[in-house]
Amino acid sequence: MTERRVVITGLGVINALGTGREEYFQALLDGKIGIDRIKVFDPGEFPSQVAGEAPRPKMSDVVPKVYRKATKLMSRDIGLAVIAADGAIRDGRIKTKATNPEGGIDIDPVRSGVNIGAGLICCDLVELATAAQHAAEDGRFSLQKWGSEGMNMLTPLWLLKYLPNMLSCHISIIHDLQGPSNSITCAEVSGTLSIGEAYRKIVHNKADLMVAGGAESKVEAMGLLRQCLLGRACTKYNDRPKDACRPFDRDAGGMVIGEGAGIVILEELEHARQRGATLYAEITGFGASNNFSRDFVEPEASAKGVTIALQKALNEAKLSPGEIDLLVAHGIAIASNDRAEATAIREAFGEHTKTLSVLATKSRFGNCGAAGGAIDLITAVLALYERQVPSNVNCPNPPSEYGLNLADSNQAADINHAMTCSYTYGGQTAALTISRLS
Amino acid sequence: MTRRVVITGMGAVTPLGHNVEELWRRLLAGQSGVGKTTIFDSGTFPTQFSAQVNGYDHLRDLPENIRADHREACRNSRFIIGAALQAWRQANLPIPLPAELRDGKIGYLPAAEQVGAYLGAGEGPIDFDNFIAATVNGWQGEKMEMDWKAWAKTAFPRMNARRELEQEPNMPGAHLARIFNLRGPCMSCLTACAASTQAIGEATELIRYADADIIITGGTHSMIHPLGVTGFNRLTALSTRNDDPSSASRPFDGERDGFVLAEGAGALIIEELETARRRGVNILAEIIGYGSTADAFRVTDQHEDGRGGIAAVRMALENANVGIDQIDYISAHGTGTKENDSIETLIIKGVFGPRAYQIPISSVKSMLGHLIAAAGAVELITCVLAIRDQIAPPTTNLTHPDPKCDLDYIPNQARKIPVNVAMSNSFGFGGQNNTLIIRRFVD
Repeated sequence: MTERRVVITGLGVINALGTGREEYFQALLDGKIGIDRIKVFDPGEFPSQVAGEAPRPKMSDVVPKVYRKATKLMSRDIGLAVIAADGAIRDGRIKTKATNPEGGIDIDPVRSGVNIGAGLICCDLVELATAAQHAAEDGRFSLQKWGSEGMNMLTPLWLLKYLPNMLSCHISIIHDLQGPSNSITCAEVSGTLSIGEAYRKIVHNKADLMVAGGAESKVEAMGLLRQCLLGRACTKYNDRPKDACRPFDRDAGGMVIGEGAGIVILEELEHARQRGATLYAEITGFGASNNFSRDFVEPEASAKGVTIALQKALNEAKLSPGEIDLLVAHGIAIASNDRAEATAIREAFGEHTKTLSVLATKSRFGNCGAAGGAIDLITAVLALYERQVPSNVNCPNPPSEYGLNLADSNQAADINHAMTCSYTYGGQTAALTISRLS
Repeated sequence: MTRRVVITGMGAVTPLGHNVEELWRRLLAGQSGVGKTTIFDSGTFPTQFSAQVNGYDHLRDLPENIRADHREACRNSRFIIGAALQAWRQANLPIPLPAELRDGKIGYLPAAEQVGAYLGAGEGPIDFDNFIAATVNGWQGEKMEMDWKAWAKTAFPRMNARRELEQEPNMPGAHLARIFNLRGPCMSCLTACAASTQAIGEATELIRYADADIIITGGTHSMIHPLGVTGFNRLTALSTRNDDPSSASRPFDGERDGFVLAEGAGALIIEELETARRRGVNILAEIIGYGSTADAFRVTDQHEDGRGGIAAVRMALENANVGIDQIDYISAHGTGTKENDSIETLIIKGVFGPRAYQIPISSVKSMLGHLIAAAGAVELITCVLAIRDQIAPPTTNLTHPDPKCDLDYIPNQARKIPVNVAMSNSFGFGGQNNTLIIRRFVD
């Protein structure tokens, strides 16, 4: 059997820079920054008060009429995933049950699957509080009263709003995708791992088309609290939100929470050609590994797991480090993490590091958690397809020992091969290689 | 041809024992792990019982020099640490793994880059008391809105960074990677009740196609906490037979009224056949088939015809290259909910036709309860043991026949049967369908 090749034929994105690939990429090229003081809740008593908040389009615009009732079961994370999936499917001009309710579906549902990375979804605290007030006894919460009265105030399907597999499930139902369906929950590397696994599914002939990526909102009280408690959130720039997220910069002050979704359509090459699809790029390599650290928060100083993932993704693509034109890096903007990542990049690319274009985009829209790696891949695909690398912002002074080539203006570039890398607290790492179709 | 994948180690921390052999002995004896919930006071909840893991201390099983790194692990991580250590030791693997490939007189070991983890791991239980205190203190009842400043003033001093971190579903795998020095793919999925079956299937794929040579796989979960039970009680998915907990889990029985929530972990070492041979390790069984599909129907219910389940089972059979006559035993998902058990019966009939009536089927959930993300891993372990000992565990509490469930569910008594090939099914909320097929290992 000849090797099955996998191409990217649709892009869906939503984050603080906008909705859809055109708006997103134009915002990158225009130097826009979507980070601002938090609006969705009052952050006044939080040490970090800035975030990249994504738009809130009407869900009824992206969910077919017959499925409208189910939007009540869509938490923010699910909603972001459904929006980006709709965007990717429409961008790929794929005729599904949802986009073509009158018929003329041009994919085989059983050969089409979903793989969406998800985060730890916190329940809506306002909804919980509304129920919990019915469990108060002498002004305090009573578990006994919760069991007998309070819990009954929650909608019966309450739990289903917060299961991480519901991102994939709603998408599979809306578009009738009955093939392999997975939900990878590896924190900030979920999106990259999901796309990697979905790519494998097509190569190994388990599917012809996969809707893959990740979605998460960290812009809620528990999400911010967790990052603050862990000492990862940026607290230094509350009065200057646009300056707050500074990946690889000398003055990096911590990560800024964000929210969003990145979803791509992966397709077997011949399947895509027969459809006359736009072939944005080919996925040519995937690698996964793991970083160590004693506290599970900081990566080891060498971020060796990132190097291994990059090398695996390079080897699979049968490319040497010198052939890579662009790396969209994780760039979390926590100084010790950026330093470790830079070390890992130098180790993987050697001498070529000096010339390799490195782009970090979290300065624009923050840390979108499980969506991050998927959005990074979309950025790499668009840079390759549009032959333009957007500028790095908020990085005027990268420490020279990082040794990275971080251009601070847009660069025209004929990119033949690009990579992305992701890592997370906990340790998991992953990298992808994409190539221009020859 | 793809590489062959074999099982070389197993471990379990469950309500019926903190190791595989005790679990197996008690399952064959038809014992129940279900009792009154004591983890929290559920005295006024619709369901007041569950299958808990009691008295397990993961630190005792860890090498002394690394205990400090894992002291604060969440409940689910503790279970998988225990199960993984058992499996790892059975597979005769060193702690930690050396970074580089090792060969020669001291024996063969692939490089750490070729050894990974793939778990179906749940989230850790929430820090409920502090979480609810912040929510209550922040709530302005008259205005019906949250005062986020008041919320934060309660939350920040009371909540703990490490306690929060440990709830992340990637943490169980993170602990294993740290203990064993894993540098291969380290992944985790959470496809509800089908998660660990899916994790084992995906791990099998990683080895088949050379992404890894050895993987520690399986699952872990605990939802026995106030919000977990609240969620399932609101869904009316749980049995409410509070007066008789040990008979509450009644898969395929006419009087079943929901599943029984359980907790625990199951771990398996799976590896590429040649690697296992070169390491000279005992092979317990071979994984020969995996199928995974989505119902794409409703988030609340399975497809009424079992469409996705039938497709997953067929996909696994095709993947294993075995016919329906070759399946000797099925470990059912068998949750004990009205819907699941009748649709699962339909699925088995849909695939196997008249042969469905001849295949012995059991649901160990009748004794163990439902370990949610961990269920499939523990159930696959029982399939390996059924092959080893040529005996199948019973479905207990099966006393009132249900006309919709008319197959041979091995009621109430373990049964000696010839088992060469066994199948394990898992179905999850949202329409996740996963099937694994294993076979007695022959060269």
